[in-house]
Amino acid sequence: MKRDRLIGAVLLVVALSAISGLALIAAFIFREGVPIILRVGAGQFFLSTDWEPSLGHFGILSMLGGSLAVTLGAAVIGIVFSLGLAIVLTQFAPPGLAAALKPAIELLAGIPSVVYGFVGVVTLVPLIRHALGGPGLSVLAASIVLGIMILPTITSIAIDALQAVPRSYVEGSIALGATRWQTVTMVLLRAARSGIVAAVILGMGRAIGETMAVIMVAGNALALPHSLLDPVRTLTSNIALEMGYASGDHRQALFATGVTLFVIITLLNTAALAVSRRRAGRRRVG
Amino acid sequence: MQAPRIVVQGFTACFDGKPAVKNLDLEIFPNERLAIIGPASSGKTTFLRSLNRLNDLDHGFTHSGKILHDGKDIYDADVDVAELRRKIGMVYAVPVPLPWSIYDNLVYGLRLAGIRDRTTLDERVEKALGYAVLWDEVKDRLHEPANVLSGGQQQRLCIARVLVLEPDVLILDEPCSGLDPISTGKIEDALVALKERTSIVLVTNNTKQAARASDRTAFFLLGDLVEVGPTAQLFTKPTQKKTNDYLVGQFG
Amino acid sequence: MRVSPATSQRVAVGFMWALAAITFAVLVFILAFILAHGLPHVTWSFLTQSPTSMGREGGIFPMILGTILVAGLAVLVAAPIGVATAVYLTEYTREGRLTAVIRFGADCLAGVPSIIFGLFGFVFFAIALGMGLSVLSGSLTLALMVLPTIIRTSEEAIRAVPYAYREVSFGLGSTRWQTVIHVVLRSAIPGISTGIVLSLGRSISETAAVMLTAGSALRLPRSLFDSSRTLALHFYILAREGISMTNAYATASVLIIAILALNVLSYWLMRRFVAKVGR
Repeated sequence: MKRDRLIGAVLLVVALSAISGLALIAAFIFREGVPIILRVGAGQFFLSTDWEPSLGHFGILSMLGGSLAVTLGAAVIGIVFSLGLAIVLTQFAPPGLAAALKPAIELLAGIPSVVYGFVGVVTLVPLIRHALGGPGLSVLAASIVLGIMILPTITSIAIDALQAVPRSYVEGSIALGATRWQTVTMVLLRAARSGIVAAVILGMGRAIGETMAVIMVAGNALALPHSLLDPVRTLTSNIALEMGYASGDHRQALFATGVTLFVIITLLNTAALAVSRRRAGRRRVG
Repeated sequence: MQAPRIVVQGFTACFDGKPAVKNLDLEIFPNERLAIIGPASSGKTTFLRSLNRLNDLDHGFTHSGKILHDGKDIYDADVDVAELRRKIGMVYAVPVPLPWSIYDNLVYGLRLAGIRDRTTLDERVEKALGYAVLWDEVKDRLHEPANVLSGGQQQRLCIARVLVLEPDVLILDEPCSGLDPISTGKIEDALVALKERTSIVLVTNNTKQAARASDRTAFFLLGDLVEVGPTAQLFTKPTQKKTNDYLVGQFG
Repeated sequence: MRVSPATSQRVAVGFMWALAAITFAVLVFILAFILAHGLPHVTWSFLTQSPTSMGREGGIFPMILGTILVAGLAVLVAAPIGVATAVYLTEYTREGRLTAVIRFGADCLAGVPSIIFGLFGFVFFAIALGMGLSVLSGSLTLALMVLPTIIRTSEEAIRAVPYAYREVSFGLGSTRWQTVIHVVLRSAIPGISTGIVLSLGRSISETAAVMLTAGSALRLPRSLFDSSRTLALHFYILAREGISMTNAYATASVLIIAILALNVLSYWLMRRFVAKVGR
C-alpha cells in the first residue's frame, strides 16, 4: 500500500508535467511576441493594415479581418452540414447506415490539411474563378474548404449532445402527436442547445487555427476583404509564410501574431467549456 | 468451544459521517456457517465489506471499534490489506468473471500472491473447483472464456476463485440473488462441505436460505445487530420482538 | 398556404439526407481524385529512391523514413505520458480541484492550433534547448500536440472498464497498481490503442508544426539531430512551389494510403474493444 502511494505520487507528477506543456507554450510565445507589440504600440499593431516587415511596419488588421472572414464563412457551412448530419444520423438513419457513415466522418477528420488545401486549389479554386469571377483564391474557397474540415469536429460533438437528450423527451413529444421533425426542432435541438453551441465554438477554434489548407486556397493578399471573392491572408498563414526567412523584429512580430491567435483560441475554448459545463453532470457518471 | 476466528468489538462504520453499522459486537467461529439476515439497508453488506476492508475503496468511509482476526485488529496500520483480503475471501451478489479464461480467473489471486509454479497452480485449481462443485462441468474447457458459463456456473467459479486462496473466512454477499433454485441448491450444498475448511459468513435476503444453509443466524436492522443465535432457535423462538416481526413478514 | 407537418418533415429530412450525401461524396471525391492521379506513379523505385533536383525526379524514401521517425517518436513519447495521466485521473484520485485543473489544461492544449505548437517547438526545442531543426525537435513538438488526444481516449477507455472488475481484483488481494496493470489496462488496451493510432495519423498528417521544427532537408536523416522532411511537408512543397505535380500526387497517395490504413486499424481496434467491455 505504501508502494501504491508512491506510484500515485509519480503519476501525479507525470500528469502535471503533461499539462505544464500548456504553461510552457504560453510563456515562450508571450516572451517572444509581447515585447514587439508594446514597442509598436497595441493600437498600431492591432488596428493598422500596414504590414511591411522590411520597413518595420507591423499592423495585423488585415490578417485579423481575414481570419474572421474565413472562420465565419467556415462556421456557416460547418453548422449547416454538421447539424444536418448529426440529426440524420441520430434520428432518421437506420442504425446500420449510421454505423457505416460514422467511420466515413472520422476518415474526413483524418485527411491531412495539406491534402484538403491541394484538392481545393486544383478543383474548387478554378471552379470559383470561372463561375463567379475574381482570382478564385478567396474567402469563399477558404470558407468551403475549412467548413468541410471542421465538419467532423462539430458533427461528433453534436451527435454526443443529441444522444445525451433523454429518450423520454422524444417519446413524450411523439406521444403528443408531433412528427419526428417537429420533435427535433422543438424538443431535441432545444434540449441539446448548449452542447451544440459548444461544438460550434470548438469548430470555429479549429477553423481559425488551421494553417496549411488556408495558405493554399485563400490567396494570402494583405488587405481587408470586401467581398467573398477577395483573396485574404489569415493570422496562421502569415506566420507559416514568413517564418522561414524572418529574423529580428520581423520574427518577433510573427510571434506576436501567434500571441494574438493564442489569446483568441483560449477565449473560444474557455467559452466552449463554460457553455458545456452547464451539462457537465453527464461527465461525472462512471 | 473453539476460540473465535473473528471478534468484532464495538464496530461502527460510517459513510460521509452517517453510520451504516452501529456499535457491533459479534464473533465468528472456525468451521461454522453464519447467516446474516435483515431488510434492505440494515448494514449487512457494509459489515461484510468491513471484514475484508473493501469499504476502504470508498472515500467517505470511516470506522471506529475493532475487528480482530486471529487476535489482530485488521485496521491496524501495519496490516497488509492485500494479504488480509486473501485470508478473508469475498463473493459478490452478481458473479463477475474477469474477461479472461476460466483458468486465468482461478489463478489470478494465486499469481498476485506470488505463486508461479505451474503444478501448484494446477493442483489448487482442481481442488478449489472440486469444493465449488464445478470441476466436472469445466475440467475439459479450463481455457475457454469464463463468460460462456451459465450464471450459476459463473457464481461457483467466483467461489472457486476465492477458495484457491484457501481463506480462513469465506464471505458471501447474497450470492444466489440472481440464480435459479437448482443453481442455488448446488451452492448451498457446496457450503455444507466447505465449512470443514473455513468459516462462512452468508448475507442473504432469503430467510429460508438462512434457515437451510447456516448454523447460526444474526439479524440486522437499521445498522444494529438485534439478535444472534443458533439458527434453529432464532427461527423458532426469537428472543426479540423485532426479530419475530421480521420473520413473520412485518418489515417486508 | 399552410404546409402540413408531414410535408415539412419530408422536405427537411430530404434536405438533410442531401447534405449527408454531399459530405460523403466530398470524401470519396478527395480520396479518388488523389489516388487516381497519384497511384499510377507510386512505383517501387519511387518508394525506395532518394529525390533528385529538389524532388522533380527520383523518389521519396528519405521522407518516408523521416515521417516514420518523427511521427513514431512523437507517439512513443506521448503514449506513456498520456496513459499515465489518464490512469492518475481515473484510478489514483477522486474528482476535485486538481483533476479539474488537469482536465482544463488538457482541453486547452487540445485547442491550441498546430502553427502555435510549431512556433513553440521552434523557440523551445530547436533554439532554447539547442536541438536545432531536427527529427527530435519535430517529434517532441508533435508529442505535446497529440498528448491531449491520448489522455482523452485513454481516460474514456479506462472508464469503460466495469467498476466490478476492480472490486473483484482488490477482493482477491491485489494492490491498486496490480489492479491497474492486470485488470484495468489489460481490458482497456484496445481502446487506448485506438487513441494512439489516431495520434499517429495526426502526427503523419501534420505539416505546419513540423515545418517550423523538423525543417525540410531532403537527405536521409542519420541521427535524431538531423533535419528531416516529412511526407506531408514534401507534398506541400512540391505542390506549392510547382516542382512536380506528378510527384506531388504520388506523395499524397502514399500519405492517403497510410491514413486509410491507420483509420481501418483504429476502427478494428475500437470494435474489438466494444466487443470486450460492452458485453
